[in-house]
Amino acid sequence: MLRAQGRAVHQCDGGWVPVYVDQEQSICLMSVGFLLENPDEAVVWRGPKKNALIKQFVSDVAWGQLDYLVVDTPPGTSDEHMATVDALRPYGPLGALVVTTPQAVSVGDVRRELTFCRKTGLRVLGVVENMSGFVCPHCAECTSIFSRGGGEELASHAGVPFLGSVPLDPELTKSLEEGRDFIREFPESPAFPALLSIAQKVLTEAPARVP
Amino acid sequence: MEEVPQGCPGTGSAQAGRGASCQGCPNQRLCASGAGAAPDPAVEEIKEKLKTVKHKILVLSGKGGVGKSTFSAHLAHGLAEDENTQVALLDIDICGPSIPKMMGLEGEQVHQSGSGWSPVFLEDNLGVMSVGFLLSSPDDAVIWRGPKKNGMIKQFLRDVDWGEVDYLIVDTPPGTSDEHLSAVQYLSAAHIDGAVIITTPQEVSLQDVRKEISFCHKVKLPIIGVVENMSVFVCPKCKKESQIFPPTTGGAEVLCQDLKIPLLGKVPLDPHIGKSCDKGQSFLIDAPDSPAALAYRGIIQKIQEFCGLHQPKEQHLISS
Repeated sequence: MLRAQGRAVHQCDGGWVPVYVDQEQSICLMSVGFLLENPDEAVVWRGPKKNALIKQFVSDVAWGQLDYLVVDTPPGTSDEHMATVDALRPYGPLGALVVTTPQAVSVGDVRRELTFCRKTGLRVLGVVENMSGFVCPHCAECTSIFSRGGGEELASHAGVPFLGSVPLDPELTKSLEEGRDFIREFPESPAFPALLSIAQKVLTEAPARVP
Repeated sequence: MEEVPQGCPGTGSAQAGRGASCQGCPNQRLCASGAGAAPDPAVEEIKEKLKTVKHKILVLSGKGGVGKSTFSAHLAHGLAEDENTQVALLDIDICGPSIPKMMGLEGEQVHQSGSGWSPVFLEDNLGVMSVGFLLSSPDDAVIWRGPKKNGMIKQFLRDVDWGEVDYLIVDTPPGTSDEHLSAVQYLSAAHIDGAVIITTPQEVSLQDVRKEISFCHKVKLPIIGVVENMSVFVCPKCKKESQIFPPTTGGAEVLCQDLKIPLLGKVPLDPHIGKSCDKGQSFLIDAPDSPAALAYRGIIQKIQEFCGLHQPKEQHLISS
């Protein structure tokens, strides 16, 4: 999604070198995807092996000076999530952004995710409602394809901040597929103001720390 | 620093714990001790228990959010519309059990009898089992590591009294991990008809489908075919089509052609599907003439045809 497919991970004295996705070296990335010889190869691992890799990703990657480490997780409340919380605990994680889509079936699962955060002592920065409505490019009618309102209700029920709704935009999907910079190319997109507002709320919660 | 072992020979292999690629793996000692190689007695027990189940279908997806559970629920509904067909739906997404809600069975509890756990029956011919029925609150989280999830799956397969069933549909979480390995392992003696893989049209999803296909090949699981969900959206106002998840690399159609795997069908994005699921109802009944319902029915028919053509040997003997 960040146009980094096929890149290799190198080692230095400080550990694995993360892959930089831009010239300015403002965003770097680490993923098991970089360790696969073939992108179609399945990673058929049970929990313990996944846990070991996650620990390595936190402690053995030479991240350098970072303002923000964003950890993308799979759905669920299992090995990967517990391993991540355990590995990051010594570093005082800021918290979790919990993403849902609007419909009740999705919210039903994400409620459990919020319980996971509570039980593991992970602060919830807020709930984001994704795929929140689609504006028809032909007639501008907005349809709630995946229902509406679930994210805000969930945040209210759980007593956590609601950070915002991001509408569906096929240009966002296309950009990710083609590895383009969505924010630079589509500032007119309906998704852009939503994404920007959410990012700004996170920045307000935790401005980049002065070393 | 440890390199991540890539060429894992498999925990059941003679090389387990001893191969060159085992060096540095956290499981190396366990495998080398032979603990991984001993066959689990549950495999035979499950084979016996599931003798009354004619066809077993796994529903897989590489990615989350592609509509796998929605599909599993509607596959069950569609098959059970014929009251002479006995259908069972098993939800092994231990951390995200959404099947009870989709089937309108939230809040139901599982009962035990002398012959094991009873599934929750939606209709006389449609029984459902999920960890969701074992949780007391919709906020309860199942924060379990792999081994505990595997134990639950073993129990679901061995201890549930399914009775005489024509189709057992197993809904899985996304990915290729503990739940998938366990389901395949525990069902290894019981014969799985095959796997249906769900995707959406965009390349990011298809990439994970290729991994899922690779998984099926690795564990020798036949592939019934691929279903492309959220194919096209028809605006309810102007009726014009939009591709919300653009098939930048040709969608499932091209993937299936390239890998010579059947494309079972393409289901358009219909807001009624989500609404029906949220209400715990069958979309096939709520909107029977919609393009999406027709697409589903076509796919279900192809799955039935596949199962009919690929009967296990014992059943040929019984029916002849």
